[in-house]
Amino acid sequence: MKNTTDHKASIFGFWLYLMSDCLLFASLFATFAVLRGNTFGGPNAEELLNVPFVLAETLVLLTSSFTAGVALIAAQLNKRAWVFGALAATFILGATFLGLELHEFAGLIAAGDGPGRSAFLSAFFALVGTHGLHVAAGLLWMLILSAQMLSRPDFEAAPGNVRTKLLALGLFWHFLDVVWIGIFSLVYLLGATL
Amino acid sequence: MTIKNYSIGFALSLMLTALSFGAVWLHYYNHHRWPTHQELFVWIIALAVVQLAVQVYFFLHLGQGEAARLNAAMFALAAVLVAVVVGGSLWIMTSLNARMQMSPDQMMEYMQHQNDAM
Repeated sequence: MKNTTDHKASIFGFWLYLMSDCLLFASLFATFAVLRGNTFGGPNAEELLNVPFVLAETLVLLTSSFTAGVALIAAQLNKRAWVFGALAATFILGATFLGLELHEFAGLIAAGDGPGRSAFLSAFFALVGTHGLHVAAGLLWMLILSAQMLSRPDFEAAPGNVRTKLLALGLFWHFLDVVWIGIFSLVYLLGATL
Repeated sequence: MTIKNYSIGFALSLMLTALSFGAVWLHYYNHHRWPTHQELFVWIIALAVVQLAVQVYFFLHLGQGEAARLNAAMFALAAVLVAVVVGGSLWIMTSLNARMQMSPDQMMEYMQHQNDAM
């Protein structure tokens, strides 16, 4: 079956992309860790920490990771309605997460604490903003893939196996939640230890 | 990849998240006395590492499926590179930072000491 080989190769290739994306985030985490104390009289990590707000962001993104998994399983079982339902839930939760993050950024910038305020805030916006950009890209990808699925009666219809694309999207989304564990722990919660 | 696996991963992640945030809440509730700053630091890092492992296994399915070994090898390589980049940056920069805090006299003494040691 040629399809199976293509599927395996594509997913392995996508896994390689995710591992290289890990390195991008590693450099941003390293930059943040090094510049964490350089606040230049501006707010530090503890002043940025709003525990209930970050908890809400975390729970929204974690739940969206779970619903993305439900979509993958529904695709395996060929339950189209479930795939669309789970993807819609993932999209809404992801958009909510992004909205919360933009709200936080807007508040900081309005208070004069934008990325130009201090080295700490530059590193903060670069790291958290890059994660947010990934989330935005994932949301766009969900819309495109849903449109492709709507135009096809069957998940494996040519050209392009939709099930493979859905699995890649699912891995991408789970990966973003894994990166978020690092962000909420090392960026936000560790602020309480300052 | 089963709904059972996903549910276990989701439940464990929720628990670990609650423990992390709970520790921070306790820290503020007890006016920074319990857990102390150092205890909280270790607690948060440890919980993050455990949750990372949980999600990589239950959500990213590492070590499962057909290409499990190749995927795991690439993951291990990425982990080494991440450790070098993050650990190396912190090591070099904190050491540099510590030296920058010396007064000129201290720096002179330090350099002479280094010279004597050679």
